[in-house]
Amino acid sequence: MQRVGNERQTTIRPRSGGTDSAAPIISVRGVTNRFGPQLVHDAVDLDVYPGEVLGIVGGSGSGKSVLLRTMLGLHRPNAGDVRIEGMDITRMSTEELLAIKRRYGVTFQHGALFSSLTVAENIQLPMREFFSASERTYDALAELRLRMVGLPVEAGRKLPSQLSGGMVKRAALARALALDPSILFLDEPTAGLDPISAASFDELIVYLHRSLKLTIVMITHDLDTLLATCNRVAVLVDRKIVVDTLEGIMNNPHPWIREYFHGPRARAAHLARGAR
Amino acid sequence: MALLLSRGFHRCPSYVLLESERRENTLIVRLKGEWRIDNLAQIESALAGVPAGVERYIVDFTGIETIDLSGAWLLHRWVRSMGDRLEIAGAPPAHFDFIDDVLQLEPKERVPPPEARLSLREALAWLGRNTLEWFRQTRDAIGFFGRVTVNGLRAFRSLKHLRVPSIARHVYETGIQAIPIVSLIAFLISVIVAYLGAQQLRQFGAEIFTVDLVTVAVLREMSPLLTAIIVAGRSGSAFAAEIGVMRLNDEIDALQSMGVNHFEVLVTPRLAGLLIALPLLTVIADAMGLAGGALLSSVLLDISLDQFLPRMKDALAPTTFWAGIVKTPVFALIIALVGTYRGLQVRESSRELGRLTTVAVVQSIFLVIFADAVFAVVFVELDF
Ligand SMILES: Nc1ncnc2c1ncn2[C@@H]1O[C@H](COP(=O)(O)OP(=O)(O)O)[C@@H](O)[C@H]1O
Ligand SMILES: [Mg+2]
Repeated sequence: MQRVGNERQTTIRPRSGGTDSAAPIISVRGVTNRFGPQLVHDAVDLDVYPGEVLGIVGGSGSGKSVLLRTMLGLHRPNAGDVRIEGMDITRMSTEELLAIKRRYGVTFQHGALFSSLTVAENIQLPMREFFSASERTYDALAELRLRMVGLPVEAGRKLPSQLSGGMVKRAALARALALDPSILFLDEPTAGLDPISAASFDELIVYLHRSLKLTIVMITHDLDTLLATCNRVAVLVDRKIVVDTLEGIMNNPHPWIREYFHGPRARAAHLARGAR
Repeated sequence: MALLLSRGFHRCPSYVLLESERRENTLIVRLKGEWRIDNLAQIESALAGVPAGVERYIVDFTGIETIDLSGAWLLHRWVRSMGDRLEIAGAPPAHFDFIDDVLQLEPKERVPPPEARLSLREALAWLGRNTLEWFRQTRDAIGFFGRVTVNGLRAFRSLKHLRVPSIARHVYETGIQAIPIVSLIAFLISVIVAYLGAQQLRQFGAEIFTVDLVTVAVLREMSPLLTAIIVAGRSGSAFAAEIGVMRLNDEIDALQSMGVNHFEVLVTPRLAGLLIALPLLTVIADAMGLAGGALLSSVLLDISLDQFLPRMKDALAPTTFWAGIVKTPVFALIIALVGTYRGLQVRESSRELGRLTTVAVVQSIFLVIFADAVFAVVFVELDF
């Protein structure tokens, strides 16, 4: 019950993923993405280890979303491959890929809730797709997801357009949790939220990570979120990826990374954390 | 990490998840196997199948092999529903702690509670709400036409408000791009009318009157009406869908917040574009229709072009052509107004978008035919 507190967590640190010991769940190898003449990724490597929270940061348009889509198999890279537990997703059969995707939970940058379905129906959609059960069971399962993300059960009867921004983010997370995923991919989960909502969303992510032993890959612009939740950070700069622990990345000499972590906004975030 | 892969692959066909054993007034329930969302149906039937009406239940969780959050949740609910009658033997599944936590959480976000339902009051309220809604819609429609008129007048007073490039785009999209399909349909329909007409007139030896039939029917009625119906289907739906999507993306709110008049940007150019395009399309349909009649006459009726043209001239009253063309601006007005009005009505969801696009097409076709009927009566009265 530690997460029920209003201030930004300094005490709760995510369980540090056994970074070196375990084999990666997902490994990106030499991935190059190009849109016309524009080179977005230049032979980048990235590993995701079980049980960690990996933050992906980078300037706007640096290709974070594209990287995520590549890892999810939604975008086929121009070169390189993405391996899931050692298997190349581009060579998998459709059933194998489906079985893997069922263990994934994804929230998209703009929510991507189905606008003509209520929140509960959004959550139930993947369940109905794969498992047959009675309406009462579906309702019970939707209720759990709503409660998990801190939404009242009545919110399930609302259409996405009737929700506030913070509620849409939570509803999207509830839908991502529909099939009890073991990996969560979050694309800018706190963008556009007020600091208090963002902080409570961060708590929620840390809480889910700790209680459910989820692996989380999270794109974020929000330094607070990064400091509060992530074990390791991958920075997209100059079409390459620099990965390190949070401490390591803070001491990285690259000018953009220095500016990002030690610029005026970053100092404010550190200050706020130090004051607590 | 075979764990991740293997979980999705095998599905146990019919799996025994629980065994129960009765001892006097106590039921011992032993859970076993995989309580995972993959076995949702089995979990459901297993829990439903536990005999009711027993005084005491003892549940043993130790046999459970794997359990995920969904399984634990359904189990937890069942345990809660049993209340005091149930005792737990063996450690409860790991997720139970998490679920206990979750159940104690205060929701972080609030929604207004739904209104209570009372039958008679509810019915009255429903009636009242719908009446008000109807009034509101009528008021909105009148407001819409008022604003269109004001903006239209202003547009024609000054060139800046007219937005010529935008109008040109709409003339291209609703007019030029529709030429092939309108021509084809006008041609074919005219051939059909000429063919059927000729068969009937042949019985009286009056085949030559086929020319009169085609000329009058095409110019006065068929080509304006058919063109309007095709354009309503093509462009009326496009207007509603384009504007509706902009509504869903808050683009119209964005325009308004920039102080841009969205009627001037979205409605007036479409209206003006269609007012230009539809009469021109109708002229093309007239030409194609007459060509179709002429072709059929020369092929099937041995009425050569040399005979067809003078006969056509005789059949034409000075007003025939204009009686058709005069209607087209009215049709254009109907199609553009209904399409844009319905598009602007879209709120909330993509389903709404589909519904209102359909409404736009159906209503504009209906109104076009209705207007055509009114014209027919008026023209007869005026002897036009
Ligand atoms: N489908 C696409 N077609 C062309 N360019 C794209 C496409 N998707 C992304 N891009 C380009 O790739 C770059 C990275 O995009 P994205 O990953 O969305 O950035 P961000 O890091 O802000 O999430 C951008 O410059 C964008 O214009
Ligand atoms: Mg992005």
